[in-house]
Amino acid sequence: MYELPSGAEIQSVIETLKSSVSYYLPEIFLSALFLVVIMVDLIFRPKKHHPLSLTSLAGLLASLYFIWQQHAMTGREIFFGMYVIDEFAIFFKYFFVLSGVIAVLISMASDELNQRASGLGEYYALVIGMVIGMVMMASSADLLMIFLSMELVSLSAYVLTGYLKREPRSTEGALKYLIYGAVSSGLMIYGFSIIYGLTGETNIIEIGRALGERGYDPVTLMTASIMILAGIGYKVGAVPFHFWSPDVYEGAPIPVTAFLSVASKAAGFALLIRFFYVAVPHGGGAEPLSPGSEWLLLLMILSVASMIYGNVVALWQTNVKRLLAYSSIAHAGYILLGIIVMDELGTQATLFYMLSYLLMNFGAFLVAVIIANKTGSENIEDYRGLGRRMPLAGAAMTVFLISLVGLPPTVGFIGKLMIFSALLAKGSIFLWLALVGILTSVISLYYYMLIPLNMYLRESSEPLPDTIRAGVLPQVVTAGLMLLTLYFGIFFTPLSDFAHYAIRVFGNQLY
Amino acid sequence: MEFLTTIGLDHFLIISAILFGFGLFAVVTRKNAIVVLMGVELILNAANINLLAFSKYNGGMEGVMFSLFVIVLAAAEAAIALAIVINIYKTFNTVDLPSVDSMKE
Repeated sequence: MYELPSGAEIQSVIETLKSSVSYYLPEIFLSALFLVVIMVDLIFRPKKHHPLSLTSLAGLLASLYFIWQQHAMTGREIFFGMYVIDEFAIFFKYFFVLSGVIAVLISMASDELNQRASGLGEYYALVIGMVIGMVMMASSADLLMIFLSMELVSLSAYVLTGYLKREPRSTEGALKYLIYGAVSSGLMIYGFSIIYGLTGETNIIEIGRALGERGYDPVTLMTASIMILAGIGYKVGAVPFHFWSPDVYEGAPIPVTAFLSVASKAAGFALLIRFFYVAVPHGGGAEPLSPGSEWLLLLMILSVASMIYGNVVALWQTNVKRLLAYSSIAHAGYILLGIIVMDELGTQATLFYMLSYLLMNFGAFLVAVIIANKTGSENIEDYRGLGRRMPLAGAAMTVFLISLVGLPPTVGFIGKLMIFSALLAKGSIFLWLALVGILTSVISLYYYMLIPLNMYLRESSEPLPDTIRAGVLPQVVTAGLMLLTLYFGIFFTPLSDFAHYAIRVFGNQLY
Repeated sequence: MEFLTTIGLDHFLIISAILFGFGLFAVVTRKNAIVVLMGVELILNAANINLLAFSKYNGGMEGVMFSLFVIVLAAAEAAIALAIVINIYKTFNTVDLPSVDSMKE
């Protein structure tokens, strides 16, 4: 039934592979780094984490150079259209490598990890594995590639979540992450198989073309879309696919929680944008809800449910990690708002919001690490009276939380402003979405401000020393993130220009 | 009668839908972590049948390739899953999902 390829065909295949490799350098470099970190661990068996963490840090920073080189190579499909290099992918490559860098820095500062009895072994290698997976998620243009890269991210994340295997919470978090992850990736792959059946293609651009030209059965396509949305929705942690996130975020080591809540979420959004903008047909023109684009309605439901649920349930959380988990569900809702608009302004706002979320959420988790190192607790109650004793941590936490609420003069304010103005620019149809977003932001003010309230205005019941010293490294990183949060809150043009640069690729898809 | 005598695409799709239903049923109703993971395997295999059937009737090789990758990844996932489940058993002395619930609101 299938004929063997001739010699000439094999030759041309090899030629394509050879020419594609030179456009694949960042990923190759990161994979080599992954192996090197494992080797360093196996050969030197370091007692301390420094050889591993510094190697990873240097490697991740070096990979930025290879990504920078790709600016000249945009608009290219490599490996037979499996993989694309465009501005959008490059934006996310920077994003994921930078979040990997910050995650490594936070891990270096975390006593919880460094005091682990059996050493840190493959921890940093797994972080790099996740970075590779996410980088590939952002540039995949084929269902197979999407599936493989998503699984690479998930499998590394399961192990990282359960990394403190003596801790019941960590193990339990890993189990929940695994079960929900396995089910949703199963649903997603079933959805992929239906899409493949409808079109006979696995390349998402070809799928979009085939669906547009040949027509499709709306019910079947909708079923497949919902199943795929379940897989991606689980990655971004939007309601109703959020059940894993509070327990996983509470159970995982804090650096892993921070990494999952920022990078893995952003990877899900990158995939969501690319897949649904390109592959699934949506009604063009002014009418946003034309037949065949009901998935926009689905996204609206997801977004509104996430904003309301995340912000309301966060109100009675007492554990800071759990509180930030619910807040991250709410933020998934805000980011979805920008995707729903589906125009240039909306997508730009989405990307900008993710950049701002990178700064402020990593910052908040870093302060949580510093405080957990000193007090051994993540309870809001135990934050009492710490503001005066740890001035930098207190001030930084306040800035990050103000930014998470979305108040000026922080980068979070600009992000929310861009998203809401993109919604309102569409006229009155999205007005209600913007209203829900603004009202839930007001709710979030209460629970975010509980933390500074405890830090500054309440006194601890137990006597604490007058000053509590944190290490140099976490202090420097915290200060850096705080200054960036404030700086980009005022001079936001570089970030918004970068986000604008990234969405050029969708020029013909957006309306 | 033709539906009974010749096997076509529909037969494959029906089998795969049934398998998918069983898998989802196991995931939703079972309490044992291992059985839930078996349900996931059923879902993945349902997708595999779909992919192979579509590949056969579309005439392309992508589906065959896809299903090979799904099999490999299912094995990788099972390896990690069992490691985590063993760790759960060591910590909680049970693999029942409802009883592994130490974190509450």
